[in-house]
Amino acid sequence: MSSLSRDDVAKLAALARIEMSEEELVSLASQFGVILDAVARVQEVNLDGVVATSHPQPIQNVFRKDVVQPSLTPEQALSGAPAQEEQRFRVPQILGEAE
Amino acid sequence: MSDALSKGEVTSTQLTQAHLDRIADVDPAVKAFLHVDAEGALTQAARVDADRSAGKKVHPLAGVPLALKDVLTQEGIPTTAGSKILQGWKPQYDSTVVSKIKDAGIVILGKTNMDEFAMGSSTENSAYGPTFNPWDLARTPGGSSGGSAAAVSAFEAPLAIGSDTGGSIRQPAALTGIVGVRPTYGAVSRYGLIAYSSSLDQAGPFGRTVLDTALLHDVMAGHDPKDATSINGAFPDVVAAARKCDVKGMKIGVIKQLQGEGYQSGVQARFDESLQVLASLGAEIVEVDCPSFEFALAAYYLIAPSECSSNLARFDAMRYGLRVGDSDGASAESVMNATRNSGFGHEVKRRIILGTYALSSGYYDAYYGSAQKIRTLIIQDYAKAFAQADVLVSPTAPTTAFKIGEKSDDPIAMYLGDVATIPVNLAGICGMSLPAGLADEDNLPVGFQIMAPAMADARLYQVGSALEAALVSQWGGHLISKAPALGGSK
Amino acid sequence: MAISYNDVVAKYDPVLGLEVHVELNTESKMFCSCSTTFGAEPNTQTCPVCLALPGALPVVNATAIESTIKIGLALNCSIAPYSRFARKNYFYPDMPKNFQISQYDEPICFDGYVDVEIDTDEGPRQFRIEVERVHMEEDTGKSLHVGGATGRIHGADYSLLDYNRAGIPLVEIVTKIVPGTGKYAPEVARAYVAELRDILRGLGVSDVKMEQGSLRCDANVSLKPMGSEVLGTRSETKNVNSLRSVERAIRGEMIRHAELLDAGQKVKQETRHFQEDTGLTRSGRSKEQAEDYRYFPEPDLVPVAPDAAWIEELRAALPERPSLRRKRLKEEWNVPDKEMSAMVNADVLDIVEATVLLGADPTKARSWWLGEISRIANDKDVPVTELSITPADVAEIVALVNKGELTDKLARQVVEGVIAGEGSPAEVVAKRGIKVVNDDGALMAAIEKVCVDQPETAQKVRDGHIPAAGALIGAVMKETKGQADAARVRELLLGHLGQATS
Repeated sequence: MSSLSRDDVAKLAALARIEMSEEELVSLASQFGVILDAVARVQEVNLDGVVATSHPQPIQNVFRKDVVQPSLTPEQALSGAPAQEEQRFRVPQILGEAE
Repeated sequence: MSDALSKGEVTSTQLTQAHLDRIADVDPAVKAFLHVDAEGALTQAARVDADRSAGKKVHPLAGVPLALKDVLTQEGIPTTAGSKILQGWKPQYDSTVVSKIKDAGIVILGKTNMDEFAMGSSTENSAYGPTFNPWDLARTPGGSSGGSAAAVSAFEAPLAIGSDTGGSIRQPAALTGIVGVRPTYGAVSRYGLIAYSSSLDQAGPFGRTVLDTALLHDVMAGHDPKDATSINGAFPDVVAAARKCDVKGMKIGVIKQLQGEGYQSGVQARFDESLQVLASLGAEIVEVDCPSFEFALAAYYLIAPSECSSNLARFDAMRYGLRVGDSDGASAESVMNATRNSGFGHEVKRRIILGTYALSSGYYDAYYGSAQKIRTLIIQDYAKAFAQADVLVSPTAPTTAFKIGEKSDDPIAMYLGDVATIPVNLAGICGMSLPAGLADEDNLPVGFQIMAPAMADARLYQVGSALEAALVSQWGGHLISKAPALGGSK
Repeated sequence: MAISYNDVVAKYDPVLGLEVHVELNTESKMFCSCSTTFGAEPNTQTCPVCLALPGALPVVNATAIESTIKIGLALNCSIAPYSRFARKNYFYPDMPKNFQISQYDEPICFDGYVDVEIDTDEGPRQFRIEVERVHMEEDTGKSLHVGGATGRIHGADYSLLDYNRAGIPLVEIVTKIVPGTGKYAPEVARAYVAELRDILRGLGVSDVKMEQGSLRCDANVSLKPMGSEVLGTRSETKNVNSLRSVERAIRGEMIRHAELLDAGQKVKQETRHFQEDTGLTRSGRSKEQAEDYRYFPEPDLVPVAPDAAWIEELRAALPERPSLRRKRLKEEWNVPDKEMSAMVNADVLDIVEATVLLGADPTKARSWWLGEISRIANDKDVPVTELSITPADVAEIVALVNKGELTDKLARQVVEGVIAGEGSPAEVVAKRGIKVVNDDGALMAAIEKVCVDQPETAQKVRDGHIPAAGALIGAVMKETKGQADAARVRELLLGHLGQATS
């Protein structure tokens, strides 16, 4: 039976930028075994030679002409911002470095 | 209603006001709506009335009110996707579906409740409290489009729009005794549809009758250059098909894997009867075998969480939505972490974690990769089946509406409710649920599911209308008329 | 212990890897129709798509596809008959979706190469840099860090985000590992980036201005002991903003790695930032804790399957390869290798060619641009191309000198005037009253005057002491306000003083 430990869940939560409570981490870890078993069923089938489907419809080559259309006004763009300054989105200090 | 409007027997304003009154009367008990936009609705109604009086040509559905699942953006109107993380957010743009609705002159009454980010099958995962089934207020209306289904079922709106990723239109339609359709993937624009699982999501119509649903389907469907996955080609005439009411000579395929064991006896009974009705109307019933469907649920619960773990990454407190923990010394990272923990509910977090796991290096092939291959097998099984039959059928859900709280502690039990609807989404084809009657053991609605190949949505309406006509004739009226009375006025 | 570069390359063998990002010059962004104009007010070029509002969806820019294929063809790549976009998932405030739409295992172009030539002690040497892939992705927004001492991210109190740049099309060109460059690693890297830049400029797909960020280079360096097959640990250096920095960064990293290895320490696999002022790199993010990007095919976009016939059309329409063009010009102008290199290195080849096409003699065009004009540019600390003098201006000046209306000395004054913004060469000549004094009569008058003023010197010349004529010529030039043709003056003066004019 597959399962995830509380630490495994904590690592995934960190990757997903969700700071879960200890309670939730433990609870998720305990539920995961059952869920993983259920989804692991996809490995029961012989999938040799089967090509994966990522799009249900066989559409290809959908493009947009390189023409400029009006953008949102800055007021619109910033209208949902939790904080703003000088027409920019204000965010708390960023610890990590850019890619 | 459209008839009455065009004949001038009633104005849109009157119609809209009547529905707003109904909402005020019954919604405190049903809780279908998260936001009612009385002002906007009445303004739109007045505009349509003015156009009609001026002799302008208007769409058949102009002036008819509609309830909109809170998963579609509507400019300036609070849109939450059933989540706290978007509490108070007012979109800066209309989704394409909403633009089309507005262009047709349809009146949007308000935004309806849903499972948070469309993840769930009961609307109990809404951050704003559950919606209650008009047939029995102690039960769920299904989900994730529970609010929209309940609104139509409770006569709060004649039409509604929902979204269906794993059955979230069809299953609530079944549980509330109305009609719900999940159109072919790509037939309805996803621009402005808050994404859960991009390769599975589609918005679709609810109505109390097959024809009503067809009229709304027709407005919603169409190519959209803003959605790269949108189909560009000839669209089926679903309204004409809904008027056909004829199944003579059609082959109806019963999917072996989607019936029998695990299905509530009343559900199975109504399903079998409906088959007999179709046979008596001249259709031929055949059995088809889709062995890969056994793995559909597992594949879905890998693909959808994987895609959603990525789609929901944008909710990070930086540009819109909830921001928590922004005090002295907080960092962007800590604010992101705290906000996402606070703003997302338990089910959403569960699926994000599952999806993050399924996509992580070392696990991709075994989980997400394998699930996408199962998908291919499902498409192949459907292709084989559709070579033997024009449409395929099954009960929409294994049970009737369950009690609030009954399944919410058991995620697997909840997921199992989607077993019959999920294959349609994985294959990208279309499906309909329409009322098949009430289950004997609990007097609750049972849904009959019809499935058709991609872009053959018209077949759903053709078969559905025929079955509906026969059943309505049997019952002496639409099933919904048997629902318990709610509130003071009707 | 400071170690010399020569010591480093005696003991160690460098292996390079270069990643170049190119900002395409499309009108609109990669996945939405917002404008890409540089320098707009913050957040005036955003929309639901590039802001990643809930429900927004990307749609691919057709011209970006075309530009990327052109780049692949120009780099001798195979064009994938079928390629897909993928999501690269990681969280960062400058990336609105918290994933970047990029390409993963199905890039649009792959397996190409670029040939470069550098000057070595043994003469010119060719290197072939293999290109592993060319793929498309999108740029991030820009952050302003407020409150810290240097405006850098460390120590900042908060940041302000402008998303105008988010979503601008980027093409990433990744080389395979480049071994065998030995002590010329820095030069080879520089030559590669320069050649890429010329190719891209020739294709017209990007401004390729490293100072503006439309061409960015990340340099990967590792050292292995001479003779060993085992690759060393590599470091990645970012923030390399000029060709010169490419060279310096690689040289600096080679030395830094060698110092560590000599001291028995390990090189950390990390990202480092190049510092212009010191030429050294500063430690950044540790790559060992690199995030798992959880790549998967982008479900909101459909595959790209370019038509084979269309690809051949694009291939046929490719402009002349820069290296071939250089060969051709060298032969046409009959210019020695060293002078060609000088022009290429000073980045004036295009401008010289333009001048020649307007009728100027290649040697004269070259000597103006590489000589006087470059000198002025250096004094002002700007690139030659930023001065207000055009090929047309230079061609006009060369023509005036040919006609005899200007001497070289006077022409220099005209050049100054044009650069100072006084107008076209003709206008400068008119405004400043620059005119060659051609009139022998006027010259003779000046010559006679000078000989009268300096009788001893004049006598010296009459006596056969020719060099003394120099002072007299200088005086005549002064008399004529520098507008006399010095050569003609000399002729007349010597004749006047009874000397042969040869």
